[in-house]
Amino acid sequence: MRIGVDVGGTNTDAVIMNGREVLHGVKSATTEEPGLGIINAVSDILEKTKISPNDLESVMIGTTQFTNAFVENKRLEEVAIVRLAYPATISVPPCIDFSDNLRNILGNNFWIVPGGYEFDGRYLGDWSETEIEKVAKEISQKKLKYISISCVFSPINEKQEILTADIIKKYNPESIITMSHRIGRVGFIERENATIMNSSLGNLADKVITSFNEALIKLNIKCPFYISQNDGTLMSANIVKNYPVLTFASGPTNSMRGAAFLSGHKNAIVVDIGGTTTDFGVIKEGFPRESAIPVDIGGVRTNFRMPDLISIGLGGGSLVTNVNNNIEVGPESVGFKLTSESLIFGGNKLTASDIAIAKGLSNFGNKDNVSNLDKNLIDNTIIKIKKMIEDGIDRVKLNKDLVPVILVGGGSILVEGNLEGAEEVIIPKHSDVANAIGASLAQAGGEIDKIYSYNEIGRDKSIENAKNDAINRALQAGAIKETISIIELEEIPLSYLPSGAVRLHVKAVGDIF
Amino acid sequence: MIELTLDNLENFTRGTAFLGTGGGGDPYIGKLMLKHQLEKGKKIKIISPDEIKEDTFACNVLSMGAPTVFVEKVPNGPTTLHALRKVEEIIGKKFNAIMPIEAGGVNATLPLVVSALSGLPVIDADGMGRAFPELQMVTYNVGDVDINPIVAINDFYETAIFNSRNSGSGEWLARAVCVRMGGICEMACYPMNAKQIKETAIHNTIKLSFDIGEVIEKARNQKTDPVMAIINYMEKSNPPRCGKVLFSGKINDLIRETLNGFTRGKLFLKSLDSSDEMLIEFQNEFSYAKLNDKKLLAMVPDLICALDSETGEPITTDGLRYGQRIKIVAISATSIMRSKKALDLFGPRAFGLNFDYTPLEEL
Repeated sequence: MRIGVDVGGTNTDAVIMNGREVLHGVKSATTEEPGLGIINAVSDILEKTKISPNDLESVMIGTTQFTNAFVENKRLEEVAIVRLAYPATISVPPCIDFSDNLRNILGNNFWIVPGGYEFDGRYLGDWSETEIEKVAKEISQKKLKYISISCVFSPINEKQEILTADIIKKYNPESIITMSHRIGRVGFIERENATIMNSSLGNLADKVITSFNEALIKLNIKCPFYISQNDGTLMSANIVKNYPVLTFASGPTNSMRGAAFLSGHKNAIVVDIGGTTTDFGVIKEGFPRESAIPVDIGGVRTNFRMPDLISIGLGGGSLVTNVNNNIEVGPESVGFKLTSESLIFGGNKLTASDIAIAKGLSNFGNKDNVSNLDKNLIDNTIIKIKKMIEDGIDRVKLNKDLVPVILVGGGSILVEGNLEGAEEVIIPKHSDVANAIGASLAQAGGEIDKIYSYNEIGRDKSIENAKNDAINRALQAGAIKETISIIELEEIPLSYLPSGAVRLHVKAVGDIF
Repeated sequence: MIELTLDNLENFTRGTAFLGTGGGGDPYIGKLMLKHQLEKGKKIKIISPDEIKEDTFACNVLSMGAPTVFVEKVPNGPTTLHALRKVEEIIGKKFNAIMPIEAGGVNATLPLVVSALSGLPVIDADGMGRAFPELQMVTYNVGDVDINPIVAINDFYETAIFNSRNSGSGEWLARAVCVRMGGICEMACYPMNAKQIKETAIHNTIKLSFDIGEVIEKARNQKTDPVMAIINYMEKSNPPRCGKVLFSGKINDLIRETLNGFTRGKLFLKSLDSSDEMLIEFQNEFSYAKLNDKKLLAMVPDLICALDSETGEPITTDGLRYGQRIKIVAISATSIMRSKKALDLFGPRAFGLNFDYTPLEEL
């Protein structure tokens, strides 16, 4: 048995799973110290199911703590940025694309030193130990603990980043170092950005993971625990301490995968209706479809693969207004104050939830408070909400064919009957804790992004090498060999080059349990 | 005169991505290079070709190479300026202006970086009016402008100088050096006087990038369709240019291969509303679009662009991916690009296609 937890901005949800069976799910409030929310949710669920912590094999946690911290520019650290590239890249120094506020927080400590590789693996600048030692001493004088190292074409050769990290560590034994080849793909600036972001979250990651750890100890849970990352696969909690940035998209990924699991559909549209927003995404072969345009997080461009989502301002807490029979729902919402400000909870704001209760779509709060609402208003608001959701479904659709639509999240009560464009509307059992279920179902993956010379070893051999490397990385990450499959294969020839150079991106994933 | 500022930078680079017609390299890098210069307080002045003096003498500067190398080993402003200085040294005459060789992609932004570094103004005119894959594909050659001397330089200031028998040969030789220089190099070539600029260059293409970026931004803010906004803008420009949405659909298949040093590829789109399909071929940039395997809808040198369906953001061929939902838009090339001699340089047959040019308006 295992536990899946989702530590969101408002709620901390937990589920207990036996294989692929959901035994029980609970919701509780997220707390300032995130471990506390976990203790509340998990002790609640263990108590209700009478399951002993000793029977648990693992705990999987999905969290938006790091994304939120970066987007809000809170709890970030100053970073020493070391770039191995000189004389290349000097036209674009580090952090050019960061907001002034972020640059102030992260500081202006960067070094562009000789190093790096050419696309074919030859040396670019002359990397030298003496030069790095000089930088290492300056870092130690400035007492900088969090260090980011980025090297041109490190995805094809990581050696210089590793040598550099070793030297810096020698002079700064307490330092926490992030190397870019462990973070991102080809695309230097985006990869360096993500490496710097990761370093800036180093202290928070330590605190959050320690808090999670302590929570589990207090709960007397001794099994290993994992954190879900961007693509729905898992990392061990100790790795997340070093790579918090790799959790940035895990929230939406988990909700979509959870929805796919609960409904039994591998190809469907997922509509996650929360308190303030509704996310629309597409599940293809059980995995979220990824975004095509580069993704900005907190205004900073990264090359993370993120679920291709659209978001609209509609949720259970959305305010409902009626001006001259023109009904608007959202984008303004009472958010987590639903339980004090909405009519059904004795407040004076008309929310989407009030309408749903008045219509009899669900039963919570005090129904009497909404018994006097105008029937036309109720019906027209329900129609309006439905139309908003149908529009969203249409926007993410692959084609005009009818597809199954899975509704998850607490706000799924707002929808009445079938939806246009949907083959069927599915509101699965436990849909309110789909995120936590998604976390518990994650897989292990391995990824390769390298440039190969087809003229030298041929296309078939290149692809085979890339696939094997990806599979080996998945194995290292804990995937069971028999279940591993290649889910992504992308070939990008390097334009203008006559040597048959091709960039291959391959991803392999497999089950852990 | 236009002055580049931190406020209009984003719109400018978005416009250059549009005019990149799928190729030209990641405009994001260009944006960051310019942002760095502007934050240092550098001024970048862009002057209209109508304003230039008799004694104007301008050099074209550019970066040659693979877009996928650009994104890792970004183009270098100071070496590009050095290449320009080398050309001055060879011909024994100082330049008083800079020109972009193409209006799309990274090469639309690099000359502005050189302007910031040197203080020289940039003339709002180029040789392609868009992006093309090869050095000789410029309207300058309609007026027999000499490409020589060509100076190629890398990050280490290692320099190669070519005196080629013609621009096509210059392209062929420089390309080989570019590969040895690590997949990209910076260049200076096509020194031009005022008369040549006025007669052979395509005018006001930098201004056009600013405008396109602004039109897209405005449409987004007003929640109207950015794609239609561009077309309306083009049709109202002076002289009016024809604009069409050729297709709207999902990428159904994508074949890319490296052939003779270029990315050649085929993009297959499927309509969401009907059984229509579109094929678009590319050699770095999009070269033609064909509907249902029989009807040609647009071809070079007319501009074919891929835009994100929702936001109108231009997408480069390197950014294309299976399943993307995009719109294909075509814009007619300016008349200077449609002369017999121009079509010999960059019409369909110059791309190895076995059909003659038909203007977008007639398709």
